Amino acid sequence: MQLARVVGEVVATVKDANLSGMKMLVVQPLLASGEPVGRALVALDSVGAGVGENVFFVRGREAAFPFYPGEPPTDATIIGIVDHWNT
Amino acid sequence: MLICRVVGNLVATQKNRKLEGAKLMLVQPVDLEDTPTGATFLAIDSVGSGIGEKVLVVIEGKAAGQALGRKAAAVDAAIVGVIDAVDLVSPA
Repeated sequence: MQLARVVGEVVATVKDANLSGMKMLVVQPLLASGEPVGRALVALDSVGAGVGENVFFVRGREAAFPFYPGEPPTDATIIGIVDHWNT
Repeated sequence: MLICRVVGNLVATQKNRKLEGAKLMLVQPVDLEDTPTGATFLAIDSVGSGIGEKVLVVIEGKAAGQALGRKAAAVDAAIVGVIDAVDLVSPA
């Protein structure tokens, strides 16, 4: 999983049927220091996250699991909203 | 599996229900000389590691789900061991 900040939302009218109704957010991965790292990406939201919040997301095949028995074609899904972290 | 150093822990009240009760740690991959390599990421802790410890991390979904003991959990990384020592044979 990766720590990230939600920096935007994506609206797409034409999309895979299994993505209908899904919230798509732009997330910027963060280091433990809070610094941005790497490129921003689009992740589905399974926890009700919003712009400006710190979240964590899962990558790969497992990104579809929170929507079971639905099978959205996703490779990144937000699975938690961060309260705080300690380093 | 990757050798990583635990650099922090994370608290999230609102999270996927399959993650309830799971400990989330921030880990930094390190090379064999203990130098940090690449970006920090989050892993489920199934062995009771602590900040500062060197650990063994699986970064594959199925293995991570097994470490958590839950089927079809939305996890892609898990700490599966605390490293006591790594013995290397230096190339002659």
